[in-house]
Amino acid sequence: MSTLTPVFVIKDLTKIYQTGDVIIHALRGASATFYEGELAVMLGPSGSGKSTFLNIVGGLDTASSGTARFGDLELTSCNEAALTKFRRDHVGFVFQFYNLIPSLTARENVALVTEISRNPMKPEDALSMVGLEDRMDHFPAQMSGGEQQRVAMARAIAKNPDVLLCDEPTGALDSKTGRVVLEALTRINDELGTTTAIITHNAVIRNLAHRTFYFADGEVVREEINKKRIKPKDLDW
Amino acid sequence: MRVLDKKLIRDFKRLWAQSLAVSLVLACGVATLILAVGAYRSLDETRNAYYERYRFAHLFASVERAPDALSSRIAAINGVAGVQTRVTQFALLDVTGMAEPATGQIFSLPDYGVPRLNLLFLRSGRLPEPGRRGEVVVSESFASAHGFMAGSELHATIAGNRVAMHITGVALSPEFIYAVGPGDIVPDDKRFAVLWMRRGELAALSDLEDAFNSVSLSLLPGTNSGAVIEHLDQLLAPYGGTGAFDRDDQISHAFLDTELTQLRGMAMVVPPIFLAISAFLINMILARLVALEREQIGLLKALGYGRWAVVMHYVKLVLVIALVGILIGFAVGTWLGNGLTRLYAEFYRFPFLIFQRSPDIYVLAALVSMGAAIAGALKAVLAATWLPPAVAMQPAPPPLYRRASAVSQMLTGFLSQLTVMALRHMTRWPMRAGLTILGTAAAVSLLVTALFSFGSINFMIDTVFFRTDRQDVTISFSQPLGPDAVLAARRLPGVMAVEPFRALQVEMSFGPRSRRISVLGKSSTSRLSRLLDLDLDPVSLPPSGMVLSERVADQIEVRVGDIVQVKILEEGAQIHNVAVTGIIQSYLGLGAYMDIDALDNLSRVGPRRSGVYAEFDPAQAEDIFAAIKSMPAAASIALQSVSLQKFRDTIEENISIMTSIYVVLAGIIAFGVVYNSARIQLSERGRELASLRVLGFTRREVSSVLVTELVLIVLIAQPLGWGLGYGLSWLVVLGFQSDLFRIPFIVEPSAFGWSSVAVLSAAAISALIVVRRVRSLDMIQVLKTRE
Repeated sequence: MSTLTPVFVIKDLTKIYQTGDVIIHALRGASATFYEGELAVMLGPSGSGKSTFLNIVGGLDTASSGTARFGDLELTSCNEAALTKFRRDHVGFVFQFYNLIPSLTARENVALVTEISRNPMKPEDALSMVGLEDRMDHFPAQMSGGEQQRVAMARAIAKNPDVLLCDEPTGALDSKTGRVVLEALTRINDELGTTTAIITHNAVIRNLAHRTFYFADGEVVREEINKKRIKPKDLDW
Repeated sequence: MRVLDKKLIRDFKRLWAQSLAVSLVLACGVATLILAVGAYRSLDETRNAYYERYRFAHLFASVERAPDALSSRIAAINGVAGVQTRVTQFALLDVTGMAEPATGQIFSLPDYGVPRLNLLFLRSGRLPEPGRRGEVVVSESFASAHGFMAGSELHATIAGNRVAMHITGVALSPEFIYAVGPGDIVPDDKRFAVLWMRRGELAALSDLEDAFNSVSLSLLPGTNSGAVIEHLDQLLAPYGGTGAFDRDDQISHAFLDTELTQLRGMAMVVPPIFLAISAFLINMILARLVALEREQIGLLKALGYGRWAVVMHYVKLVLVIALVGILIGFAVGTWLGNGLTRLYAEFYRFPFLIFQRSPDIYVLAALVSMGAAIAGALKAVLAATWLPPAVAMQPAPPPLYRRASAVSQMLTGFLSQLTVMALRHMTRWPMRAGLTILGTAAAVSLLVTALFSFGSINFMIDTVFFRTDRQDVTISFSQPLGPDAVLAARRLPGVMAVEPFRALQVEMSFGPRSRRISVLGKSSTSRLSRLLDLDLDPVSLPPSGMVLSERVADQIEVRVGDIVQVKILEEGAQIHNVAVTGIIQSYLGLGAYMDIDALDNLSRVGPRRSGVYAEFDPAQAEDIFAAIKSMPAAASIALQSVSLQKFRDTIEENISIMTSIYVVLAGIIAFGVVYNSARIQLSERGRELASLRVLGFTRREVSSVLVTELVLIVLIAQPLGWGLGYGLSWLVVLGFQSDLFRIPFIVEPSAFGWSSVAVLSAAAISALIVVRRVRSLDMIQVLKTRE
């Protein structure tokens, strides 16, 4: 593994929220490095800071202190416009609640992103990768949860992002549809080589990953390299 | 305080901006209702009280010269309650310090005591002393314009006699609430006076001793005025009666009636527009609020709150919004109503003002507003509270979009996905989009209606002053004179051209319809005072036959080629058949015209001239005015330039007040509609828009989704608003049509343009306020939560 190229180098990230009189330390100095082409899983209980970590890495939120470097880009010193550009050019997101636009069909939801991308794939190809070639002209309301999540993934990969960030992508799904979604995710990682980070509190999913980060109390407490990856269909859910 | 009421207060605080926008729209409805109805009632009540206390007559008639003895026969007509005969004369007034002569109409007062009808309200001073010569009372408007009071002096030329006049008092008369001089369109206080002097003196000056030339009648309640008019005309005909008329044709009364009709129209048209829009806005806001609180509603019901308790909770919220609007409307409506009534008091001459503050209209306005608000809310609230608690506590199913038609698919193929989002969202709720468009169009149409009158009035000014009556001055003689009088006028210093005219009172009949009218004889080659055909091209009078204005032709339903029966009401009541040879355009009065020689032939008493139109050299204006003042034959003059200026001033003042009010009203509608529509959109689509931000769309791009829909709505509303405004303007023009004047229906493109500019600006401001909120969209929050 000596040829690994770091994509994200994150050091001592902290995040302090103040809501009313309450001060919340969401991150207390989290550090991690993501490598090109790897599939990383971030595990941890609710409130351990993994979502905040991912939001900062994805340019959705800003850190209180620490550094988060994407290649040559220092995210923590970017302004709003630079973060928007970073998200637009480099990051694909998948969320627990899909966040599809109800007034657009599956194909159009994907095209929404390809229209503003520099080097996109065709929306049809992205949808085929997630197995939705027959459902392209359906609106979100006409699809199941698993299908909607796969549209969200197609939307995320269609711009050929450098990284794919997934926050509880199977959180709202049952095990069967969850597996289908994970299969699509690993396939993307294998075939496109997209660096992928998945947040989950389902420990089983770590078996898919190259690398696992364990979160607790706003820190990465442990990092583990998975010697023996298995396929999603073999997961003991 | 109950917990639900606490929630109510917090909801209201949270929604204050949207609520206020609705309250303001509602307030406009309440205010315009109170304003229009309040001013209508005040004006109507004041006029009625004035008429009653000062015994304003019901019928009026002029006659050339009738013996006093006729008076008792008039009083004996069935239904007549009171008769007042009198002498009246037009006179030229010479006021120190004013170059041009003023026109005065002098009425006689009985030699002793006060008149039986049309009593004077003496503002100051006293009535003329019986037997004392030269004493007069003058109308208040004229007195104030010149600073006259008891003790002031002026000179008059009455029927050729120059008389020194001594003012003893200043008075108001119910006959001259709206005091407009002969040949004028709007009151000119400086140049028109009404004067009263004792009858003995005026009769002697006018050669009308033991006779009268004017009579007023009051009628018993329930009397048919038509029958009395007929009877009176028969009695007066041998003495040169020119036809009696009732209050409808009395100028002052008719003008006030026009004003009252307008107020009534305003009360019926404008407030319902505002109330309907408020109901729609409330519906929109409540539907959204209820959708957001659907799970809370389910919870409340699960906790044991009854359905009506929940309904009442939301109804209360709406009532708070309505109450704010009602209170603002009360305050503004009362304030504007008083202002308008005071404005009337300046424009119209009343001795007193009765502010009619009727509680019923306030109660009505409040009830109607609350009704509109509740009607708007009810559908949304009932639908949500109808759901069983278990269903309500689950999130609503996502909005269902269906595949659009092949055509729209093709169209959307060319558009960016952001535009498609905006379009689909709009067509997903076609009713709401439609009503939003309609509301915005209403704002545009109100403005078009307020602004079109500029174009119409300008057109009217151009037609009347520059294309029809192009003379500098119109001099009317105190009585019809021979053609020598015209030559005398031509010889006045500075006069460059004169054209004679002759007015003859006739009754014109065609089939069952007839109309009393003054036929004007003019020279067929007249250059100064011209006639315009329906296309507004000058036409010359044919050597025989009669030309009628469009309104007269419509009233008696004649067309070119028809033969009308003309009964001359002066000098012997002969009857002739005359062919109608043309129909012409005329915005002022009722017009019937003949070649002056043909008219002379018709009357069979030889050439008679009622006055002249003259063109003079402006450099010699002072000389000609001085000459006219000492011209025995002249009874009144009308100066075109002064009339035009006065007309412009009056119209400008009235229109600019009205326009400002309408601009505010339209701005409030546009703001209320667009702001609420944008806020609702933002609330419904906050999640979508935040998702777009997450995907890397810039604020500008995300805002464009919101703005595209608003822009489409506002743009579609423009032509619709123009159409509605065009229709409303046409109704206004119809409402203004009277025998006194008509407004041409001209809507200049600038009226549409400015209306759109105003509404688009209001829309842009409200959209900007909302778009600023796109900045604060919380991307992370949106991703963590389920819709």
